[in-house]
Amino acid sequence: MNIERLITMANDIATYFTVEPDHATAVEGVRDHLTKFWDPAMRRQLKAHLDHGGEGLNPLAREGVEKLVLPPASGS
Amino acid sequence: MLSIVEVDYGTPKATSKTTVELQIDGKTVRVPQGTSVMRAAAQAGINIPKLCASEMLDAFGSCRLCLVEIEGRKGYPASCTTPVSAGMTVSTQTPRLADLRRGVMELYISDHPLDCLTCPANGHCELQDMAGVVGLREVRYGYDGANHVYAKTPAGETNPLFVAKDESNPYFTFDPSKCIACSRCVRACDEVQGTFALTIQGRGFESKVAASQDNRFLDSECVSCGACVQACPTATLSENTLIEKGQAEHSVVTTCAYCGVGCSFRAEMKGEEVMRMVPNKDGQANHGHSCVKGRFAIGYASHPDRITTPMIRAKISDPWKVVSWDEAFSHVASEFKRLQATHGKQAVGGITSSRCTNEETYLVQKLVRAGFGNNNVDTCARVCHSPTGYGLKSTLGESAGTQDFDSIEQTDVVLVIGANPTDAHPVFGSQMKQRLRAGARLIVIDPRRIDLVRTPHIQADYHLKLKPGTNVAVLDTLAHVIVTEGLVDEAFVSARCEPEAFAKWRAFVAQDKYSPEAMEAETGVPAAAVRGAARLYATGGNGAIYYGLGVTEHAQGSTAVMGIANLAMATGNIGREGVGVNPMRGQNNVQGSCDMGSFPHEFPGYRHVSDVATRTLFEKDWGVPLLGEPGLRIPNMFEAALDGSFRGLYVEGEDIAQSDPDTQHVTAALSAMECIVVQDLFLNETAKYAHVFLPGSSFLEKDGTFTNAERRVSRVRKVMAPKAGYADWEITQKLAQAMGYPMHYSHASEIMDEIARLTPTFHGMSFDKIDQLGSVQWPCNEEHPNGTPVMHVDEFVRGKGRFMLTEYVPTSEKVNAEHPLILTTGRILSQYNVGAQTRRTANVMWHDEDRLEIHPHDAEERGIAEHDWVGIRSRSGDTVLRAMISERMQPGVVYTTFHFPGSGANVITTENSDWATNCPEYKVTAVQVTRVTQPSDWQKRFHAFSDQQQALLDQAQSADTLGQA
Repeated sequence: MNIERLITMANDIATYFTVEPDHATAVEGVRDHLTKFWDPAMRRQLKAHLDHGGEGLNPLAREGVEKLVLPPASGS
Repeated sequence: MLSIVEVDYGTPKATSKTTVELQIDGKTVRVPQGTSVMRAAAQAGINIPKLCASEMLDAFGSCRLCLVEIEGRKGYPASCTTPVSAGMTVSTQTPRLADLRRGVMELYISDHPLDCLTCPANGHCELQDMAGVVGLREVRYGYDGANHVYAKTPAGETNPLFVAKDESNPYFTFDPSKCIACSRCVRACDEVQGTFALTIQGRGFESKVAASQDNRFLDSECVSCGACVQACPTATLSENTLIEKGQAEHSVVTTCAYCGVGCSFRAEMKGEEVMRMVPNKDGQANHGHSCVKGRFAIGYASHPDRITTPMIRAKISDPWKVVSWDEAFSHVASEFKRLQATHGKQAVGGITSSRCTNEETYLVQKLVRAGFGNNNVDTCARVCHSPTGYGLKSTLGESAGTQDFDSIEQTDVVLVIGANPTDAHPVFGSQMKQRLRAGARLIVIDPRRIDLVRTPHIQADYHLKLKPGTNVAVLDTLAHVIVTEGLVDEAFVSARCEPEAFAKWRAFVAQDKYSPEAMEAETGVPAAAVRGAARLYATGGNGAIYYGLGVTEHAQGSTAVMGIANLAMATGNIGREGVGVNPMRGQNNVQGSCDMGSFPHEFPGYRHVSDVATRTLFEKDWGVPLLGEPGLRIPNMFEAALDGSFRGLYVEGEDIAQSDPDTQHVTAALSAMECIVVQDLFLNETAKYAHVFLPGSSFLEKDGTFTNAERRVSRVRKVMAPKAGYADWEITQKLAQAMGYPMHYSHASEIMDEIARLTPTFHGMSFDKIDQLGSVQWPCNEEHPNGTPVMHVDEFVRGKGRFMLTEYVPTSEKVNAEHPLILTTGRILSQYNVGAQTRRTANVMWHDEDRLEIHPHDAEERGIAEHDWVGIRSRSGDTVLRAMISERMQPGVVYTTFHFPGSGANVITTENSDWATNCPEYKVTAVQVTRVTQPSDWQKRFHAFSDQQQALLDQAQSADTLGQA
């Protein structure tokens, strides 16, 4: 998928959680949101993007994506 | 004219718990205090003659036909205006009363035409009935004198009292020559609809019914709800279908397929043809009222544009080929299997419909999860109320409104934010207006001056005319005032909410940056008005919040929903009648489609796919392994289509090519797919990009249920055979079978039984239960066997209410020199959503094109006059509409509707979306507006493409006709 779009969406999510005073809770919030609502392929692509430097991701989004636990790629 | 099966008890039902005993014609009768003598008699099976009385209206006492004698009282009181009292002895039939009534009827008939046999009301006319009841045998006065009946006097001169028929309204005719001046129409317009379009003009014998300033109905303030037509005891106001075709012979209760109010109707039928739709007096959502859409705009169901044969084609540039159902199913199955085999299991998906029934929606998501083996299922709530699901689940624990509509009768302060009930939810809008007129206070938060702000006998206490995109800022300022001025309901919060989350929230909103004064420049709302509104909501008694898409369709839609829930919790305005958080749902079954597991991350009943217990339950029942990871949302599907990983889509009853934002992006994605299957009534915009067309059925052609905005599950009943042969659930079932996944339901009720079996909030639900109770609000289970009108009563669904932090983040969609105005979108009364239904009815007489509303100042600066063609350009695209200069707008903000595909409203809207749910930011687009002389390039391409697609359809249909010959 268009990585720019995924980055924007991840940043929007992180921006919501930025207000959370407890940093660990904020990071967890981003990670959980991505896990609960994003298709694994999108999570995988975003994580790969982070592994390649993660350009464009805001700091909290980076941390959230960093913490993502990805399911094994399906048999598709 | 009333329904052919309803009994009218004459005056409204009394609600008192105290009962009174009296004697009527020797019978002992017990009724609630406040009941009229007329109603008490009717309930005991004693029918007192009446003409001006109807239980939909307050007693009026003008016809003098319902006179009775009461022991110990003088004279002959009208039974409609006389309340019962203990020990009263009433006689309804005496020789003296008979004489009086006959005299009254004689006077009525002396000014009424005697054309009963050829009159539309013949056989169901109250005047005719009463003449029979009182035994009228002669009219001594003749018709030579003053009358309203004949156009000419006996001398051949023009009769000044005669008024010709008004046939201006496309749905009903006003024939003043048959009017008996009973005022029922005028009172219905006041008391039921609340528009005050009708009046009795003149005095004495010159009294006549007039619309507005004696205008034609169509030119008056009339909103064509039809309440007057229903109230009329004669043929003075008659549906045109009644005039053309005569009386219905049977009547079936069903549920309207338009907005989320979910009105109950009686489809009054002649064989398989609908004669008239009459709102059901016993309907628990609408209490016998309706709007122009539900009552009148059903012609689309039998429109010649309906496609009734399956069609396929290899490419969208090919002509359609008419095929048999079996051919269509096996074609789709082989295509989807091929795509999955080549591109992976995830390469296909489905979109469920918020216009189809619960049972149909449930089957589509089941087909995707169990048949396709992925979770790529979504629904149009993605683009409307998905933030409601997220926001209310996070705070209160359930993704649904908290009240029933009737709760507003106990409301003291109504707060409407981002909703326009009188246009988009008109029947509830009428109920709200009546409550406001009875004294409830009103706060409106909206960039536009919607009708509710100032309408006869209603004036909002506060209209916070915010800049589009600043909902969260305004909600935070309201919260700031409540917290810093000590208006929090501390007892409620400490008993019912999580203390830590509350403390965090309290500190958050108390920050100076959220004071109304600090935010004034950002929101455009004067600080004093915010303070006043916050105080009123927090301290004015029962406060109820009603919100709509003006809240959800923003980059911070979910945040705003949470902000609303926070306000309700902080002020204790939740968990009882009269209060609550009420999302106004757009389409008829948005609530239902969400409940039925249409979202890619949730099974029916809002249970996450990763929840092992839930998944195991479904796996056992459905007999296949299911995925525990969320699938693609609609906008994700588009992105995946563009990168080639998503190739096939089954769309049931949605029109994503028109309704979704950034049209050119959507059509590019659709063009990139290999097999798009559209199941619909018409060749809609999406179908023009489709490879398979499966003809669907209208709500009149199938059994099932719809769930309205108050979680009310009501029956949809089949009144005619499906025009294409199958109900939509049957089509999905056959498709599943072709895919190799077994489904064998023989009736929609069996699908509901499965839903009930697998969904805790539906455990007690069944067609039998709904038939028995009329309708049922979920949760309906062991704890709440008859349903749940008000939720979160003793505790929240999630246990303790949870305050969520709602930082205001300005949208990235900002005005600048290139795009200096903000475009916001909405809808109007006569049209519905993408207009596929209402555009195919006479409702186009009220709205035949989408216009751009613009403030006079912005128009003048650009040299734009009323009706001028104007180009609207955003960073996504541009389109051309005609201008409507309007002071309802604030300077800097323009507005349009999206009911016509050629308007291209969504060519302009952008890909921006809600952070949590990807609900599009429809309500905020930076644009420039200029005078132009021709359609936009997109519009030219659109029209050329549409013409081509229509030609390809016509070719298929003519080939089919030839084949049959």
